[in-house]
Amino acid sequence: MKGDFMDKFLKGSGLSIVSSVAVVIAGMLLGFIVLFISNASQAPAAIVTILTFGFSSLRNFGDVLYFATPIIMTGLSVGFAYKTGLFNIGASGQFTFGAFVAVYIALNFEFLAPPLRIIAALAAAMLAGALWAAIPGLLKAYRNVHEVISCIMTNYIGMFLVNYLILTTIFDPMRASSQRVPPSTHIPIWGLDSIFTDAVRASPLNASIFVAIFSALLMYIILDRTTFGYELKACGLNKDAAKYAGINENRSIIFSMMISGALAGLGGGMHFLSGAGRTMSVADVLANEGFMGISVSLLGLNHPIGIIFSGVLIAYLQRGGFNIQPLGFAQEIIEIAIAVIIYFCAFVLLVRTQLGNVIAKTAAIFGNFIKFGADKSSKSAKSTKGKAV
Amino acid sequence: MHIIEMRNITKKFPGIIANDDITLGLKKGEIHALLGENGAGKSTLMSVLFGLYKAEKGEILKNGEKVNITGPSDATKLGIGMVHQHFKLVHNFTVLENIILGVETTKNGVLQMKDARQKVLELSQKYELEVDLDKEIRYITVGMQQRVEILKMLYRNNEILIFDEPTAVLTPQEIEALIATMRNMAAEGKSILFITHKLDEIKQAADRCSVLRKGKLIGTVDVAATSKEEMSEMMVGRKLSLTLTKKTPQIGETILQVKNLTQKGDSQKNKLTNITFDVKAGEILCIAGIEGNGQTDLVNAITGLTAVDSGTVAISGVNITNASIRNRGTQGMSHIPEDRHKHGLILDYNLAYNTVLQNYYKTPFQKMGFLQKGKIREYANQLVERFDIRASEGSNSIVRAMSGGNQQKIILAREIANSPKLLIAVQPTRGLDVGAIEYIHKQLLAQRDEGKAVLLISLELEEVMNISDRVLVMYEGEIVANVNPQNITFKELGLYMAGAKREAAVA
Repeated sequence: MKGDFMDKFLKGSGLSIVSSVAVVIAGMLLGFIVLFISNASQAPAAIVTILTFGFSSLRNFGDVLYFATPIIMTGLSVGFAYKTGLFNIGASGQFTFGAFVAVYIALNFEFLAPPLRIIAALAAAMLAGALWAAIPGLLKAYRNVHEVISCIMTNYIGMFLVNYLILTTIFDPMRASSQRVPPSTHIPIWGLDSIFTDAVRASPLNASIFVAIFSALLMYIILDRTTFGYELKACGLNKDAAKYAGINENRSIIFSMMISGALAGLGGGMHFLSGAGRTMSVADVLANEGFMGISVSLLGLNHPIGIIFSGVLIAYLQRGGFNIQPLGFAQEIIEIAIAVIIYFCAFVLLVRTQLGNVIAKTAAIFGNFIKFGADKSSKSAKSTKGKAV
Repeated sequence: MHIIEMRNITKKFPGIIANDDITLGLKKGEIHALLGENGAGKSTLMSVLFGLYKAEKGEILKNGEKVNITGPSDATKLGIGMVHQHFKLVHNFTVLENIILGVETTKNGVLQMKDARQKVLELSQKYELEVDLDKEIRYITVGMQQRVEILKMLYRNNEILIFDEPTAVLTPQEIEALIATMRNMAAEGKSILFITHKLDEIKQAADRCSVLRKGKLIGTVDVAATSKEEMSEMMVGRKLSLTLTKKTPQIGETILQVKNLTQKGDSQKNKLTNITFDVKAGEILCIAGIEGNGQTDLVNAITGLTAVDSGTVAISGVNITNASIRNRGTQGMSHIPEDRHKHGLILDYNLAYNTVLQNYYKTPFQKMGFLQKGKIREYANQLVERFDIRASEGSNSIVRAMSGGNQQKIILAREIANSPKLLIAVQPTRGLDVGAIEYIHKQLLAQRDEGKAVLLISLELEEVMNISDRVLVMYEGEIVANVNPQNITFKELGLYMAGAKREAAVA
């Protein structure tokens, strides 16, 4: 089954692993130039760190996977919407809403035993994300409001609303953020800490990475194998034709947004129940994970399996980048370098696939033409036969 | 002596020879038609002449002298102008601004519109090309946009004019006017190359005709001395029956019943006013009319794409006025839509997926909500076989990469295979070549002979006269005539369509 996915992913996007790697290397070179301009003497050491840090120990690789998890979730959120013709730029707000609801339940629903409370918190996070995404969905379906506009608005409304809710319900004045969730409501580690560890400490990696991978598989199956996915994609590719075929296109738009929002909301919930002592700060800043999801999805060509890999790649670069600070690079320069690498890769992949499509289409048209010419004699024979019958 | 001569032109694209050793001469003051099916190489040849493509082999001579055309600017210098199939106009510029664009007269960097206006006005009067110089392009009709394109060529004093399928976008009246203009220009000494695949227009307009097939020049003939049948045979490479043999219709019970259908418009005028008619099993009822007289609104109301304001629609006595589109399908309505790319197909789905667009949720195409891809492919393969759909990768082909004729065949196959009681076909042959048109007409007749009710909406008078059993004419949202095509002439039908005549009984 897995081989089938990979095969489709690679064939469908017209890419080979070799060329993807080549693109990433070219992107690294560009990032290196940025570092070089900033601080020439330390740049070689820095780029080596970015390239190797993630693999330098199992604990560091565990950290990569840990930081990859939330952006894989938001990447899937953006990718799912994209596959169904919508641009969900609101993953940030959905992520934040899901996170708040999960943290609130983990803190307050003491009547539920911890394992149940985790499940309830995550389920509620999905629901919260779905409902928050339903707003742009409804506006798009019934009022033809472009989802990008309404998503941007719901991002800000979501952020300020959640800040207000934290302040009034689960605020911890000592930390100036939400209270810490009790350890019993942390997502289980499943022994991952004994693998992804080093002499000093273990990585906070937990079961949520499996949930992310499972979500990707589920997304693939829904989109590719079910009548529901057939409808959603049909609406995304051609809303008018879907309506003509008797598909309820408004319902499809709303469902697409809700599923997309549920993925982001679940990502938010898992991230704040992950046991690294993470709390929700009350700052007027949109959750970055939501926007990272756009890059992750773009780089993964909006394909669920591609999104897993691109999420890991981006987290890998970010962890490496984080660890060149001791070499004297400003945080801003690091972010620019990483962003240059990511966007260069995404841009090249995009251009390549678009070009690939054009070439494939042209070839197919000419192929038809030649076939048509060659079949001409058999066609006239066939049509006379048809007449006789 | 030829004003333009193309000698041994060969143009290759990867995997295909678009023009194979073509030699063509254009005489001064003649209208020279270039006939061929879609993909025969007409447009490529003209693009070579206009400098958009560079030919691998061959040469171009003007007045006997060899010329080198490397781009449209060279062509313009040589007096060659082209009206493209898709117009090249700036939509938020006025007509006048578009005409002078690129050849503006200026004085100290300031535009001198007065002289330009004078010259354009003279040209438009001389050639009877009526345009509104100060209107922006986006607010004028397609027909007027085309006149702007023609004026652009005249303004540049072009003497060799290329028209790429100019009639495809025009109404019958506009076509007539265009042909008159072309004759007028030829009489003034302009030389015209006219790309088309419509034989009637060649008969009316052209002096000579060169026929291309699969990239090769089949021959150049004198139009007056060659019959339409002969030309079509040259074009397609086999004999075509231009007139269809029809059995006498076996009229059955009423299938579709439309009663007092009225749709309000944006302004005070109704889009549809009090439309009442029915279609019976075993007949082809055709709705004729000039584009934009309410045909699209009528189809949208019947098929459920838009809601009905007042009146009723029923199939076999079942009221479906407010039924969902899916419900109409299960009641036996099939619909070949006007715009196959907008409504008929999901271009980025493969052929197989497009064949189950209305049936994907039924067994055997799904089981427990999961698509049964094997079954879908099997079904698509049957349709490919039965309807002779050609695609490079069979049922797995992405529809976007297929030719227009084969795309239309997918829709036709899908809608017929649903074995409907009522088949609604809206301009089913629009933009298709002769072979595909013949095929679709045969299929529509076959449906009628099987006892299906067929509602055909067509703008092509010939199609209306050839295959329908009964004709309704629409004018400004009303039905103005209900006639038998055997008892009416083209001319009379044209009068109804133009609103100049109205049947008393219908009103």
